[in-house]
Amino acid sequence: MRVPRKSGMLETEVRVTIEMAAEHGLTADEYARVLKILGRDPNFTELGVFSVMWSEHCSYKSSRAHLRRLPTRGPQVVQGPGENAGVVDIGDGLVATFKLESHNHPSYVEPFQGAATGVGGILRDIFTMGARPIAVLDSLRFGPISAEVGTDAATAARNRRLLDGVVRGIAFYGNCFGVPTVGGEVCFEAGYSGNPLVNVLALGIAKKEDLFFARASGEGNPVLYVGAKTGRDGIHGASLLASAEFNELSEEKRPNVQVGDPFLEKLLLEACLEAMQTGAIVAIQDMGAAGLTSSSCEMASRGGVGIDMDLDLVPQRETGMSAYDMLLSESQERMLLVAERGREDEVTAVFAKWGLDAVEIGVVSGDGFLRVRHRGAVVAEIPAQALADEAPVYQRPIAAPARAAAAVAVPSAAAGANLTPNFLRVLASPAVASKRWIFEQYDYMVRTNTLDGPGAGDAAVLRVKPTRRALALAVDGNGRWSRLDPRMGAKAAVAEAARNVACSGARPWAATNCLNFGNPEKPEVMWQFSEAIDGIAEACLALEIPITGGNVSFYNDTLGRSIDPTPVLGVLGVLEEAECALGMGFRGEGDIVLLLDGLGESAATAAGDATSFSSSEYAKTIHGVVGGLPPAVDLGAEKRLIRLLEAAAREKAIVSAHDVSDGGLAITLAECCAASEGFSVQAKVKATQPAEHACFGERGARAVVSCDAQRVAGLRALASQYGVRAEEIGRVGRGAFRLACGEAIVVDAAIEIVREAWGGSLKRLIETETSAA
Amino acid sequence: MQFGVVVFPGSNCDHDAWYALGTVLGQNVRFLWHQSENLEGCDAVILPGGFSYGDYLRTGAIARFSPVMRAVERFARGGGMVLGICNGFQILCEAGLLPGVLMRNTGLRFICRQVDVRVESVETPFTAAAEAGQVLRMPIAHAEGNYFCDARTLADLERNSQIVFRYASPEGRITAEANPNGSLANIAGICSRERNVLGLMPHPERAAEAMLGSADGAVLLRSMIASLARARAVPA
Repeated sequence: MRVPRKSGMLETEVRVTIEMAAEHGLTADEYARVLKILGRDPNFTELGVFSVMWSEHCSYKSSRAHLRRLPTRGPQVVQGPGENAGVVDIGDGLVATFKLESHNHPSYVEPFQGAATGVGGILRDIFTMGARPIAVLDSLRFGPISAEVGTDAATAARNRRLLDGVVRGIAFYGNCFGVPTVGGEVCFEAGYSGNPLVNVLALGIAKKEDLFFARASGEGNPVLYVGAKTGRDGIHGASLLASAEFNELSEEKRPNVQVGDPFLEKLLLEACLEAMQTGAIVAIQDMGAAGLTSSSCEMASRGGVGIDMDLDLVPQRETGMSAYDMLLSESQERMLLVAERGREDEVTAVFAKWGLDAVEIGVVSGDGFLRVRHRGAVVAEIPAQALADEAPVYQRPIAAPARAAAAVAVPSAAAGANLTPNFLRVLASPAVASKRWIFEQYDYMVRTNTLDGPGAGDAAVLRVKPTRRALALAVDGNGRWSRLDPRMGAKAAVAEAARNVACSGARPWAATNCLNFGNPEKPEVMWQFSEAIDGIAEACLALEIPITGGNVSFYNDTLGRSIDPTPVLGVLGVLEEAECALGMGFRGEGDIVLLLDGLGESAATAAGDATSFSSSEYAKTIHGVVGGLPPAVDLGAEKRLIRLLEAAAREKAIVSAHDVSDGGLAITLAECCAASEGFSVQAKVKATQPAEHACFGERGARAVVSCDAQRVAGLRALASQYGVRAEEIGRVGRGAFRLACGEAIVVDAAIEIVREAWGGSLKRLIETETSAA
Repeated sequence: MQFGVVVFPGSNCDHDAWYALGTVLGQNVRFLWHQSENLEGCDAVILPGGFSYGDYLRTGAIARFSPVMRAVERFARGGGMVLGICNGFQILCEAGLLPGVLMRNTGLRFICRQVDVRVESVETPFTAAAEAGQVLRMPIAHAEGNYFCDARTLADLERNSQIVFRYASPEGRITAEANPNGSLANIAGICSRERNVLGLMPHPERAAEAMLGSADGAVLLRSMIASLARARAVPA
């Protein structure tokens, strides 16, 4: 959709109509609300302002009613949802601020810049709080990268291009900015071919007393614009790109994608942190979606004040920009701040030192209005609170799907069959295979805090200088299971992220979420959303992990088809002693390998994976089957396992830990070997269920750990205290990788074959010009 | 003794170098702002890694013109110890303090990984504490680390033992497989004729503590410290 522009007329002169409002994405009701708030017709500029602030992306109008059900409180929470990022206490007078955000639509239209500016945006949300960003993780989802049933060669090639562009974009921004990209996940499912998902998590650290908030105050205080100059990039990025479906004309949205400069952002970071030390800054917010508009009205609204701005003073890198252009521009690397009157020179001097513009463009007023002037006239005059906080809150209709998830039969292998070929196929599938081709493009070591980088463990681990502490971070989402059962899929995402953090030895401490869904005007999508919220709430409460903030991305549809509901969770954990951090690789020949099961002794007689096997990675890769239900999530079992892992790490009772997830136990064992210095494993599980289920079933609340042979008895006693079953299943060795179910050896391969299948697959797939048949 | 770490707009690894020398190895370290021509009595200067000036134009191309570089050039020509790490190596080449250039990696992508380098010469203040042929494990993180110089320059470097580090296998063999970026003759680091200026692509400051994966980088840093101490101990 093109926004109508009448050349030659000032925006204030254009007569706004209800049709024009519709073109801007406002419904008739919303437009009526605007009229009521203003007590008159809006002018064209004001229409633009409302259209972005009340877009789904900025206002959360479809999600707010449900987000209220998320648990956001806890003794460790310093700041919950509502500010630029959530903040938690991590001890020693320090706080961690972190948040997950999406940049899905721009990444489809322009993968490199879409992903790059996604990173830039979330980094600014962190340092606007006064915290230095110390880590980035990303959760990426694309369509299949090789042709398969349902995906033709052309689509697969485009998916490869998207993957390549997104990864290069994240690397471009993060590496130059100087923050390590230390982990994440990459998934491939057909539903994302037209709607890739790019969710980025950033973490920062600050002293508690150095935290900054975005609450304007002090009538007469100067409002300063700092950072890059404003241009026409990204106009309507929030409203037309992020808040609308894709169709055949989506390529035309390229001008709506923002363009990033990480070098400028690095200068902005240093300047902001230094300026914050002066004590002369009252409030600060980054200019993200809807740039100057959102930063000003949100800061004003939070502070119960108004802001008067003069756009003639805005540093511009294009000529002839209108007020509409400047207010809606999403040019990157800019912040808006309020300084103490009389001390603004202290602030501008810091920005001058770093070579950045810092210009007073307005003042804080007492009348609660966002008042914008341009070329001598007032071009917009809107109550800030109404604009920022009084977008409609919709109770969109919800309708569960008519048909219940049907059980699907999965062909099963004969008893005692050799599963090695299937094992190697799953191992080499893009979903499971090593992501080294991707993460080696990211600088994951800069700032010398990375103790466990990508691939080393289930969570990234970063030390916190100068303390003895470390932080662990994992990001996990779930599309396929959430499609089959949104509530269970969402619970599973929380459980997996928390379990991953626990496998590094850390205590899960707080969470952030990114909820990627389709068009909320579809009742089935709203049902999925509501169910997912309930699943997240239940899991976060049970595991005592409050949600401190996050992001919702709706309208991930193309040509009327929605993506799978995809809740993504980022969980932060704390390790009291950094040296207790664990990785997944086996450490010593002769070490004993144990399977920990949070179900405890009832694990021996638990229903196996039969009912949920049809939703597994194995079923999809080997049989092309996706159906039935995900494995039931037992939060009590997950919690027991998490607490045991923390204790075992603290007491140094284990030397490695890796949870059982995608691909099941066989894959977990293979990954523990691949991450080690050349070790292999010979393992055996009891034949209480079919070998395929035992080896590739994905029931949660399980982890594979290893320890010195002398420490096994102690570990089993510890596990017993926590109600967790610890079953010896094998020994770390060399040479053959062997897994037996009962007396039958079902997987048997040289460890070099296993490593090559897992390690070389993704690079081969991506770097071939022709797709595999 | 005083170490100085230069900070250009866009330097990222300045804090890492400061931490390794200052906190891990207990040395006096200060930051030197790019606009100052005063090296403030530093005995050794480090040009750290990062993206100075955003790598605009060419990596290191703009940094070489900054005021601090005039001071660094004078210091180097006077025999002062200068270490250029990654972007710092690129800047030294742009400034003509070291020969050759760093081009784009042959794979055309950024690479972050641990690599092994073999010490080719212990006749430098940066490697005096190492043994000839010793293999050090240090990480690289760059998109432009492909060292190149013309045949005559290469012959000079070899004749004068100016090649200090080469990418190698863990056992110390110089192979194509061990070369991550296509560098000529597997060159990972070189020194000046007078041996007081060293540039290398791997990051010793990221390999100064076992907890980070390798402490081999400390060998280089300790060599520098010992060399400076020896120089001080010599009576005037």
